[in-house]
Amino acid sequence: MRCLICHEETIPKITWTNFWSLPEKEVLCIVCRSMFQPLKPGCPLCFREGEKGVCEDCQWWEQTHPGLLAKNTSVFQYNEFAKDFVARWKYRGDYILLEALQWHVVEHFSRMRNSDYIIAPIPLSEERSYERGFNQSEAIIDLLNQRPHSLLERRNSEKQSKKGRYARITSNNPFKLIQSVRQPVMLVDDIYTTGTTVRHAASLLKQAGCPAVTSFTIFR
Amino acid sequence: MLQTLRTYFSDDFDWLPDLVTPHYYPQLAGKLLLHYEIPLDEPHLISALSQNVLIKVSGLEHHFWGFRCRRCGNKEQHLFAEIPHAACGKDCVYCRCCIQMGRVTECEPLYFGSPNVAWPRFENPCAWKGELTFSQQTAADEIRNVIQLGKGEKLIWAVCGAGKTEMLFPGLTEAFSSGKRVCLATPRTDVVRELLPRLKAAFPNVEIEALYGDSPNKQGAAQFLIATTHQLLRFAHAFDVMIIDEIDAFPFHQDPALHYASKRAAKIDSSLIYLTATPRKAQHKRIRNKTLPVVFIPKRFHGHPLPVPKLKLTPSLFHHLKRGKIPPSLLEKIKQQQQSNRQLLIFMPSVKQADQIAEYLRKWKMIVESVHAEDPKRADKVMAFRKKHYPILVTTTILERGVTFPSVDVYVVDAGHSVFDEAALVQIAGRAGRSPDDPYGEVIFFHTGKTNPLLDARESIMKMNRLGEKL
Ligand SMILES: [Zn+2]
Ligand SMILES: [Zn+2]
Ligand SMILES: [Zn+2]
Ligand SMILES: [Zn+2]
Repeated sequence: MRCLICHEETIPKITWTNFWSLPEKEVLCIVCRSMFQPLKPGCPLCFREGEKGVCEDCQWWEQTHPGLLAKNTSVFQYNEFAKDFVARWKYRGDYILLEALQWHVVEHFSRMRNSDYIIAPIPLSEERSYERGFNQSEAIIDLLNQRPHSLLERRNSEKQSKKGRYARITSNNPFKLIQSVRQPVMLVDDIYTTGTTVRHAASLLKQAGCPAVTSFTIFR
Repeated sequence: MLQTLRTYFSDDFDWLPDLVTPHYYPQLAGKLLLHYEIPLDEPHLISALSQNVLIKVSGLEHHFWGFRCRRCGNKEQHLFAEIPHAACGKDCVYCRCCIQMGRVTECEPLYFGSPNVAWPRFENPCAWKGELTFSQQTAADEIRNVIQLGKGEKLIWAVCGAGKTEMLFPGLTEAFSSGKRVCLATPRTDVVRELLPRLKAAFPNVEIEALYGDSPNKQGAAQFLIATTHQLLRFAHAFDVMIIDEIDAFPFHQDPALHYASKRAAKIDSSLIYLTATPRKAQHKRIRNKTLPVVFIPKRFHGHPLPVPKLKLTPSLFHHLKRGKIPPSLLEKIKQQQQSNRQLLIFMPSVKQADQIAEYLRKWKMIVESVHAEDPKRADKVMAFRKKHYPILVTTTILERGVTFPSVDVYVVDAGHSVFDEAALVQIAGRAGRSPDDPYGEVIFFHTGKTNPLLDARESIMKMNRLGEKL
């Protein structure tokens, strides 16, 4: 087996004792594996590391848009290695790369998965998904072996404005609803940075009667 | 079946159509591009296709025993994967090997542009007024002959500081006066950056373009391209003259995709010139078998011998390096060196150590910079050192070749480390004594025990000097 990231031969290590231990097949070498840092406990609402309690951003969100997003769960730090990884996977379009994280991401997901939730991807514009060849959040849902429910669609203009992060949520919503649901929804995406994207999606779902929205993202 | 087997196992490029449509799109000439890379709008693209200026070829070959990527030559099946492809609605195979240059898939073609553009002919293109030494002239004549002949290979094996670039001028003059297209490729971006101004000054009227990962211009439309070898992945049968500088350098010497691409980028009838100061095994073998004609230049252009490295046993090296320090004897040596007029170039095995030692020397009130491959200020720091703005530069193997400083001493710390192979050590030693005003730099390898590369590097430098003396 060769490492999916650096293509070096992988040597299965039986003595590995953390939660990475004994995956079915070693798709990553030890070096690449050690570059992904699992998130340490932090903000209970958004998984930001190093917080003792609800972080400032989440406090702000709760004051201005109470209960809009119940909770975000993330798995790994979005460190430099992760940035390169995402760039190669998403922008260069090296689709199979995501399998590098499968074992750990699936485990994390099943620990918090509540079957009442239906799983929804963050949509890409048709143009973008044609360019890239795939939608990143659908790829993650596929990796998790879940069924995607397309509840939203992109509006035409997709360019994220260069406004400040707080201005963005109040600016035009990039999504529109194509189906309303009465069940709680879990949105799936690759990265949680400011949390604006998932909250845009959540606001449409909640307006249409969805009782609760959470999000699951690989990187934070 | 036999035919496909044959083309699969050789790099014949039979799949490239014999395309000679004359046209006026230099930005398409000899290109092999993905759809989104084509610098034309949709109507122009359609007309270029209908006029046979561009032809579609499939990007992947699908044989029952496996795939091959035609852009990078990849045949390693573990470097192919499937994607549920939105563009074709199927599970589609793509090449992972060359994905940094955009994705080649099963369903999307590559676009091959006819190389047949009439490039200008120049009467006296060369503005360089310098004179070649006797050995430079010998090599220059051989290069010009290969270019005049229009086909054949030649390896120029010239010591560091032999003045390789100038040896190319007569051959380049010949090429541009007969309207040929030329590519000078090198594995190192630093070398592209260093060569561009020199070649522009020598050939002021010829259109010259530099192409590398983040070069400002990406057209690749000039008659004379100076490019990193990676850029050749976007060319096919484009060049009449292909010069590859530093063929033994990383990543070219060990990346089959770059060998494949550079072979394909040259026309079927083309002159191939390779330059190196430190040939690798593969070239030595071809030299011995007499399948690769070689010109050997063991003498520097200023006529002085290469500085022979001194080996200095430093037993407490690891003890100090581990603590981010250097042994007192080495520190003393550096202090002494700083009394002279030369600058000091220190090579360390790793980026971390380079930074630590720079920091340590600063504690002793020395003015020091460190530079490494990913350093955003790399080009500026190197330039400032060349202009003698500060006395000590600590670096890693990235500065082992291509860059020249007029008057330096060179120390390699922990020279027995595996990152310093024979070629690297010869190149590093070759940084010293480059200028006729100061042809003797001191080169010291500090080590904890002699290794083969250390001894081999010193031996090969002494051998060059012996051969050089006979000239
Ligand atoms: Zn790896
Ligand atoms: Zn938070
Ligand atoms: Zn496809
Ligand atoms: Zn390829």
